[in-house]
Amino acid sequence: MGKVVPITGNYAVAYAAKMARVQVVAAYPITPQTSIVEKLAEFIESGELDAVMIRVESEHSALAATFGAALAGARAFTATSSHGLLYMHEWVHWTSRARVPVVMAIVTRTIGTPWNIWPDHGDFMDQRDTGWILGFGMDNQEVFDLTVQAFKISEDPRVYLPVMIGLEGFILGHTTMPVELPDQKELDDWLGPRRQGYVIDGREPLAIGNLAWPEDTEEMFMDIQKAMEEAKQVIKEVDESYGKLTGRRYGGLIQCVGCSNAKYIAIAMGAWAGDLIEAVQKLRDEGYPVGVARIRFVRPFPTEDLWKIINGVKGVIVFDRAISFGAWGQIYTDLVAGLAQYTRNLPVISDIVAGIGGVNVTHTDFYKLVKNFVDIVEKGEQPPVFTWYHKR
Amino acid sequence: MVGQDLIIEPINYRVPLSRPKKGVAGKTGFWRTEKPVVDKEKCVKCWLCEIYCPVDVIRVEPETGPTIDYDYCKGCGVCSNVCPSGAITMVPEE
Repeated sequence: MGKVVPITGNYAVAYAAKMARVQVVAAYPITPQTSIVEKLAEFIESGELDAVMIRVESEHSALAATFGAALAGARAFTATSSHGLLYMHEWVHWTSRARVPVVMAIVTRTIGTPWNIWPDHGDFMDQRDTGWILGFGMDNQEVFDLTVQAFKISEDPRVYLPVMIGLEGFILGHTTMPVELPDQKELDDWLGPRRQGYVIDGREPLAIGNLAWPEDTEEMFMDIQKAMEEAKQVIKEVDESYGKLTGRRYGGLIQCVGCSNAKYIAIAMGAWAGDLIEAVQKLRDEGYPVGVARIRFVRPFPTEDLWKIINGVKGVIVFDRAISFGAWGQIYTDLVAGLAQYTRNLPVISDIVAGIGGVNVTHTDFYKLVKNFVDIVEKGEQPPVFTWYHKR
Repeated sequence: MVGQDLIIEPINYRVPLSRPKKGVAGKTGFWRTEKPVVDKEKCVKCWLCEIYCPVDVIRVEPETGPTIDYDYCKGCGVCSNVCPSGAITMVPEE
């Protein structure tokens, strides 16, 4: 049985990295991530965590150092936000294409300019094409759970891909909530030792990332696509086995609230999904048959799971906290593309982009937007496909 | 590394790894446009050419001085540049 501690989302990540017994942490400060690596520095300083802290001169070097430590066989971790994540982008691709298990926390923050420290999902969603597994928490407990699960997923031989865990800066990152920490011994047994496909240890010459012919290169990338498919099953298995350990099961790639008898589905990811669930519960009390499908993993994208709950409903409303300029919100785009492989007769699907730049969106906004959407569809009318919901 | 077990479980997927060995990229000496030629009279056997050669094709022995494996020497000229006694001349290939 674990113990409950009141901690911020950032500290939940740090506790998770500590309890996963990371051996190398590369640290470069950036708001709103910094308190993760500060807490890990404290753990190392006090002797609670037996690890090496590498103080690098940039985020580009932070992930390069993490990658190098992981190549050498260490369980390695780093964390960043926004511009730091953009700066390390070259290494983001290197790490996944080299199939090296690594875990990195992304405390989301709006990309500038204008300079902005508040959260949206723009920095996180920018990573969809990198070959990393992308998970996102809704509260501090889930952030802790996802981070320890990320090591298990990343180090599974069926996967061997790096994992990013997202949480919004400030909303979760700097907000204190009770978090139950599992028993260390039980967690050790569950997580097991570091596992990876190969190491570079200097005993025999080994070159990584050498020039390869186009056909060989393409086959390596095809294997990443296969591993992403495998990861869907691994994520569900890890959710289930972690559930046995802690009693907390989230449902795998998505979490459903009231989906089974719903005629309408609302979709969101991250902390504001909690506000959406609250709004939808109120609407259900008023007789609106709405359920929530909360996105926990963006990559691999949960197409099959979403189709299972969307098949047969009248309408789907998607809330995106990021925008692909010139197109739509990314969850909407991926959802529609994914559903199109099952049916040509899609339900009414609307995309609401909101909360960009950190604009606060509350349960009253969700209540209004979902109610309005259902009312329009029930009247037999077509709601707008895309709305940028803005308030001041 | 700070003590923790490590399990290396080989990957079922293709990964961008290669194990370097002599000749793995073919006879790279064909790339050469200039050839380093050693004047053994001038050589002081300092080993700098062997140490600096980026493709590790030079061996310096106390008795015989430097020998260069022209099958793999790409003719970069680093040896000629670092030679303190001017014993290595770059001669254009025909």
